[in-house]
Amino acid sequence: MEYHAPETLGDALDILSRGGVTVVAGGTDFYPSMRPGGPRGDLLDITRVAGLRGIARQAGGWRIGAATRWSEIARADLPRAFDGLKAAARKVGGLQIQNAGTVAGNLVNASPAADGVPPLLTLGAQVEIAGPGGTRRVALEEFITGVRQVALDPGEMVVAVHMPEPPTDAAGAFCKLGSRAYLVISIAMVAVVLGRDEEGRIDHARVAVGACSPVARRLPALEAAMIGARLEELRIDPAHLAPLSPIDDVRGSGAYRLEAVSELIGRALREAAHG
Amino acid sequence: MDKRLGMTSFRLNGTEVEILPRPGERLSEALRDRLGARDVKVGCNAGDCGACTVLVDGAPVCSCLMPAQQAAGKTVETLAGLVAGEPLARELGRRFEGQGAAQCGICTPGMMVSAVALLREVPEPDERQVMDALGGVLCRCTGYRKIIDAVMGHAPGAVVDAQGHTRAAIEKLDGRRKVDGTEQFGDDVAPADALVIRVVRSPHAHARFTLGDLDGFARAEGLDAVLTARDVPGLNLYGTIPGFIDQPVFAEGVARFRGEAVAAVVGAPDVVARFDPERFPVTWEPLEDAQTIPEAMAPGAPLLHEGRDGNVMCGGFVAHGDVEAALERADVVLEGRFETSFVEHAYIEPEAGFAQVVDGRVEVHACTQAPVMDLDTLETVLGMDRSRIRVVPTATGGGFGSKLDVSVQPYLAIAALKAGRPVRIAYERTESMQSTTKRHPADMTVRIGAGRDGRISGLRFDGLFNTGAYSSWGPTVANRVPVHASGPYRVADYRAEAKGIHTHCPPSGAFRGFGVPQAAVAQESLFDELADTLRIDRLEFRILNALENGVPTVCGQVFEQGVGIKACLEALRPAWEAERAEAARVNAAGGPVRRGVGVAAGWYGCGNTSLPNPSTIKAGVRGDGQLVLHQGAADIGQGANTVIAQIFATALGVPVTALELVGGDTDVTPDAGKTSASRQTFVTGNAARLAGEAMRAEILQRANAGPEAEIVLREAGIEVRDGDRVQVIDLAALEPDAEGYVLRVAETYDPPTKPLDENGQGVPYAQFGYAAHLCVLDVDTRLGTVKPFKFVAAHDVGHAVNPLLIEGQVEGGIAQGLGMALMEEYLPGRTENLHDYLIPTIGDMPPVETLIIEEPDAHGPYGAKGLGEHVLIPTAPAILNAIRDATGVQMQRLPVTPSRLRAALKEAGG
Repeated sequence: MEYHAPETLGDALDILSRGGVTVVAGGTDFYPSMRPGGPRGDLLDITRVAGLRGIARQAGGWRIGAATRWSEIARADLPRAFDGLKAAARKVGGLQIQNAGTVAGNLVNASPAADGVPPLLTLGAQVEIAGPGGTRRVALEEFITGVRQVALDPGEMVVAVHMPEPPTDAAGAFCKLGSRAYLVISIAMVAVVLGRDEEGRIDHARVAVGACSPVARRLPALEAAMIGARLEELRIDPAHLAPLSPIDDVRGSGAYRLEAVSELIGRALREAAHG
Repeated sequence: MDKRLGMTSFRLNGTEVEILPRPGERLSEALRDRLGARDVKVGCNAGDCGACTVLVDGAPVCSCLMPAQQAAGKTVETLAGLVAGEPLARELGRRFEGQGAAQCGICTPGMMVSAVALLREVPEPDERQVMDALGGVLCRCTGYRKIIDAVMGHAPGAVVDAQGHTRAAIEKLDGRRKVDGTEQFGDDVAPADALVIRVVRSPHAHARFTLGDLDGFARAEGLDAVLTARDVPGLNLYGTIPGFIDQPVFAEGVARFRGEAVAAVVGAPDVVARFDPERFPVTWEPLEDAQTIPEAMAPGAPLLHEGRDGNVMCGGFVAHGDVEAALERADVVLEGRFETSFVEHAYIEPEAGFAQVVDGRVEVHACTQAPVMDLDTLETVLGMDRSRIRVVPTATGGGFGSKLDVSVQPYLAIAALKAGRPVRIAYERTESMQSTTKRHPADMTVRIGAGRDGRISGLRFDGLFNTGAYSSWGPTVANRVPVHASGPYRVADYRAEAKGIHTHCPPSGAFRGFGVPQAAVAQESLFDELADTLRIDRLEFRILNALENGVPTVCGQVFEQGVGIKACLEALRPAWEAERAEAARVNAAGGPVRRGVGVAAGWYGCGNTSLPNPSTIKAGVRGDGQLVLHQGAADIGQGANTVIAQIFATALGVPVTALELVGGDTDVTPDAGKTSASRQTFVTGNAARLAGEAMRAEILQRANAGPEAEIVLREAGIEVRDGDRVQVIDLAALEPDAEGYVLRVAETYDPPTKPLDENGQGVPYAQFGYAAHLCVLDVDTRLGTVKPFKFVAAHDVGHAVNPLLIEGQVEGGIAQGLGMALMEEYLPGRTENLHDYLIPTIGDMPPVETLIIEEPDAHGPYGAKGLGEHVLIPTAPAILNAIRDATGVQMQRLPVTPSRLRAALKEAGG
């Protein structure tokens, strides 16, 4: 059993290719889920791998390195469409967690209540994956396939998240509902990106909901219905929420979650519109 | 990181260090166990509590979530290093002391380290910035407000007072070590070579089990020992109440709750770190379980204990007057049913300690609320004469009732005796939550009648309390509730019955209030409905019915002085009127957010119910003139070390700073009883007063001085100034005793109570304390969320020994009451950690205005009364009443989660 902390992606992939290796970065999900008795195989620490950290504007969009911390996102200078992502970054656990937890870790952990997923869905995120066969990109919707399940093949790891350049007038927002002020695991959460034309009609709409289905979901019917409408005219009907399948658990009933989501969408959209 | 050697080097508090961690080792483990940085506290190992916060390259992180190897090449700073090296941190420590922002001190390193990171960046933060910076650190004692004050640099609450006698709001006498990282809690005292114990627990609520080849397993794993019931040298049972000693140290053949201990492994740290309980040779056969009161009382339900038919553990009963006749003649009678949940104590320090055998005697060093009760239990469990057992309490990182029971102590003692080497144990957060006691879930039905004049006419209470698999303090709850379920009111016709029901759940035991907070929820909620029905102001209704001096309680007890509830309620009048008017104004604007104001009251009898509970305080003067106070009242953060010392110093007539404090080591300090039932200020405080008076009398007699003489302790001797005459008692001329004392006193106090008869009539307590809370909150009716933003709390403490510590108790109690009302629900198997089980964070606690009322008690020291439980009894009902005020909805089940409140609002047509 060994602890590896390589400095190049090539070395990291080499170690990963040996199998039985667990990737660790911020540790914020790794340790809480570690079984008694400690890790069973080698650990691969990717936080020293060159190029996995940081936020950069690239041709046609933005790249966030896999091992970028949530606090880096919260403090980054980003277009307003990223406001929802930045707000979510400030809600991932407490500051201690935000200083350690990474964006890719939040995706790979694939919790239904992952705070990063809804805002990244609203930004059209793609996941860049490196593996024995080179690199590939997968839409975030297709990357997380179920509770604690992601589309990573053996020997593969996430290296970055890419987002297209959002419309210049678009603004994002994020609403998270819980029973206390900090350290909240969501009862439900909503991320939106909203763009409007000069006459106030919606010309860009992204709405995603977390903690109300095994994997956070966008609401395409609602997004479609929003185009061309004014915010104040918008009505959310049950069909818009069809992708959601909230469960009853200790945090709240499924019926409550659905009802809360409608309210949260309205609040998130108003926040995106009015700041 | 040096890849060839696997060594990790980094800069720790300014010094280069190098370690060889095992893969998977947490930075917190490396810091504490390899590098001696035990100022880093571990509360959950999951990033849920923030106690282990350190700065890595200046940024606060949870060291429990960081692989130790990741520190390579970085700078790591802990509280002790910051305080030693950075003026900002030292100043912050002084501010924490000045505000009383550290109670037990277990969260203080996490709080202060996080705050230092903030203050480096933002020297004068606003409240929101402080909350954002500290939102990831949980505190269970303070209610956070004093921490906010400290970080913001507000004027200190403490005063500088040369004498430090009673009524002086001095800083805690033991406060410094809580803010500089030197305080030693249960997991901070073991020698480096101690073996480690890990307990193997039942994954089932009810199961038969068979153990396999334990010796073979121990050999294969490299363990030093495996312990089971066969290794318990004495009686494999413990408990707290005679006749109810029913909980095994290790279950024998059948486990009765999820988390019950069946075995323990003992081995070297690295061996135990690799231990996986799933490999342990045990075969489980799950059995039908009953986890709720209805399930446990159903015909044919599995019986938990022979002889307790229907799973009824025991009951308590109080009757006064003729309740049915009074309800019959009442103009209005209302009935309500209320349910509460299991509540977890959630102190940030999990149970921990170490033990060793010294000269054939076993020494147990552990966190505790009751060192002598621990010794009592060890005596029977070990089958050893008590002269061969020593219990040394460590600092205790919060207790709130649960650390009255033993937890780690039997395992430590048995393992130390078996292994012949020092052993240590620290519970993981999940096993702490699974295996230690809880607040009883209650199912209560209350009927209350009143006349048109607003006078109560009959109150009947029937409560069932889920007492879990074993008795613990369940009988106390069953007895206490009927005595208190009237609330602090004049109720001439009364009948109350409470029963403890066994279930396959963790034992319910002592938790701040012993069942009284649950009963207050039912009675105080129904009072609001009654007042509204009668069209009487809700506060005035309470004032009208408030108990008074000379009026019998429901137990027929009459107090000639000290019944302070009316004064508490009247003290809330200005806030009640102003906040109600403001709420009406705010609500007139309409909108989905509705404001509400609620009041509720409570009372609590201090000390054991109709049973002796003496405390003894010993003090001595050494030959060098040093005065030593043996203060055995366990200080679990509430401040007994300070309060008892203040009382003793007042009685003796010396400055409190003259005292050297010795703690509750059972070898040197007499029994001051348990820190429980709000009894320490009252009972041990009285023993301290008597001891101080006795020492004063002896000194004055030796100097032949009058009662007004002044005593000055000097190295050369004790100076006694009586008017112009100055006498010096030459200490060198006195023969020191075995402990080196040339003067010594020991005094005992036991509150005067009388047994209750078959109707619960008698003198259950020598003293009651009284309280009334007002809560202002907003309800977001669309989401069902509740946001309290102000409390006003009036407490009759008889005589305010230390007003700063009183505020600390009140604010901390309100935070726990708020959690109980709005978010806390322990469900075995589902909320066994601090991210699924929610306690209030720094952003949930609004400011509290504490109003101190002093209606002197006939028995308390200088009239002082207990306070520890009173502080949360009115909180939850005040919140429920405010929710009802805001929305018209009476919530009858705790906690009032957003989901439950929204459902209730919908049902009400909202």
